Amino acid sequence: MMPLLKPRTGGLLSLMVILVVLPLFFRNAYHYDVAIQSGLNAIVCVGLNLLIGYTGQISLGHAGFFALGAYASAVLTDRYEFAAVGAMIIGAVAVGCLSYLIARPILKLKGHYLAMATLGLGIIISIILNQEEELTGGPDGMPVSSFSFFGWDISGNLTWYGIVALVLLFTVWLALNLVDSPVGRALRAVHGSELAASTMGVDTQRYKVLIFVFSAVLASIAGSIFAHYSGFVSPAEGEFFRSIEFVTMVVLGGMASIFGAVVGAAILTILPQLLASFHDYEMMVHGAVLMGVMIFMRRGLVPTLVHFIRGLRK
Amino acid sequence: MNLLRIEQLGKSFGGVTAVEDLSFAIGPGTVYSIIGPNGAGKTTLFNLISGLFAPTTGSIHLDEEDISGLPPHKLAARGLSRSFQNLQIFFNMTALENVMVGHHLHSDTRFFPSLFALPAIGRADKRSAEFAAEMMDYVGLGNYIHTDSDAMPYGALKRLEIARALASRPRLLLLDEPAAGLNPSETNTIADLIQHIAQDNITVLLVEHDMHVVWDVSDHILVLDHGRRLAAGTAEEIRSNDAVVEAYLGRRAKDR
Ligand SMILES: Nc1ncnc2c1ncn2[C@@H]1O[C@H](COP(=O)(O)OP(=O)(O)OP(=O)(O)O)[C@@H](O)[C@H]1O
Ligand SMILES: [Mg+2]
Repeated sequence: MMPLLKPRTGGLLSLMVILVVLPLFFRNAYHYDVAIQSGLNAIVCVGLNLLIGYTGQISLGHAGFFALGAYASAVLTDRYEFAAVGAMIIGAVAVGCLSYLIARPILKLKGHYLAMATLGLGIIISIILNQEEELTGGPDGMPVSSFSFFGWDISGNLTWYGIVALVLLFTVWLALNLVDSPVGRALRAVHGSELAASTMGVDTQRYKVLIFVFSAVLASIAGSIFAHYSGFVSPAEGEFFRSIEFVTMVVLGGMASIFGAVVGAAILTILPQLLASFHDYEMMVHGAVLMGVMIFMRRGLVPTLVHFIRGLRK
Repeated sequence: MNLLRIEQLGKSFGGVTAVEDLSFAIGPGTVYSIIGPNGAGKTTLFNLISGLFAPTTGSIHLDEEDISGLPPHKLAARGLSRSFQNLQIFFNMTALENVMVGHHLHSDTRFFPSLFALPAIGRADKRSAEFAAEMMDYVGLGNYIHTDSDAMPYGALKRLEIARALASRPRLLLLDEPAAGLNPSETNTIADLIQHIAQDNITVLLVEHDMHVVWDVSDHILVLDHGRRLAAGTAEEIRSNDAVVEAYLGRRAKDR
């Protein structure tokens, strides 16, 4: 027997309602901008949480994939006159292939070794973006044309907000489906006990690669959208600190919680904006958040809250 | 035909030889027990058979086909499953989900249909859930179906491992000390359960220190000592073997 609303359907509907109602409270372009940045970060974090929270693998290089997507869109539309959608797809496919190629050797590693390898990967991507001045404009970055879709130039805050909200909803829906399927259970089994998972017939290496590639592709797509939205990309998007930021968002929102990833992304995007002086100390505050969550709230915000509410009901 | 045949198997870790020149064969439909003192190499033998370790020397044959060095998930696909001496529960899941992972190889695990939640996935998954619930009933865990596994008592977790292994529909089931840490009444239930499993035509390879269980359920017993075969035979033969009584059973043999 199926309950009327599965918890995940309820969650998805709530997110939808929030995303629809939110613009009613926006007073200026700046509010839209923060919301759009939150949404893009959330898309990356939902994918990253499948890798970190559900499968138990770490990546300190996902900003690299985000930046590759952004630059694929920038370079292909600007230098080679590709259509924006085409550039985005090519970027996503290229990032998919790249992440697949490096995933096999990298994901054989465990713990700190995996962290180091993904860290190295992100740094290499960042260096390439800085060095290939002909193509990328080097450290100064490069402008990106607007996103045109069958002759329609996407512009306006509300339109961009709508697009990001739709992509985010779609991503959350996909992630929820996956988590709730035999594939998602295999991923969680890898996290729970790789030994037992493999003896139960789960090809653990294959699933780790699969989810690494999927999360990299999501980051790439978010990067492409970001490039067109902001109209400008620079190597800063792929910097190590951005990767750490994504991981902090996932950890704060809650490991193995899809909605947690969204909440974590939103909080850590909005917070620095609220505290004007915060900018100089951003790195330190992220470090503090990471440590605080690890010490006081291992599961992260959303799972802790859910646990608390369940406890109240009983 | 032998279901499992071990041929001059050896495994060493650096200087430590855990299993040495071991040969034996198991026919289908039997309960074959392996006993021996701590550190005799029993778990290492299980890890070799289930593909977690590659043998240093010798070979392992399933259905007379050499399976040495195959990875665990391929062996699972050939009908081999196991439980662990040190619990390997997926503590990030409910009890039922643990058992559903055991059903992985019989589930619809295509990526894109799962991603888009195609109805076929949901239907297949519902059958997996029903089958997993059946397996939990079978091992006597019917009350725990929706319990989070990290909220279950130790004795129940031991049986959860067996349910999960059974959900893969094995032909050969390796149980590594299923009765360790259980109280006497729980131990009796485990002995009954092993007999049930054997009656359902699943060959059982059992490692167990509790000799009540071993005498009760075994068709054949192999005694390991320092990684080598010390003796092999029926319960009667083992009980009256002086070398075995000396090395392992000691006063235990007179318990019964
Ligand atoms: N991964 C490993 N690395 C190094 N040595 C190991 C490893 N696994 C087992 N050994 C060694 O191999 C020997 C056999 O260990 P094993 O765990 O197989 O014994 P056992 O018969 O299962 O003992 P018990 O009854 O205590 O479970 C021991 O000396 C042990 O220290
Ligand atoms: Mg052992």
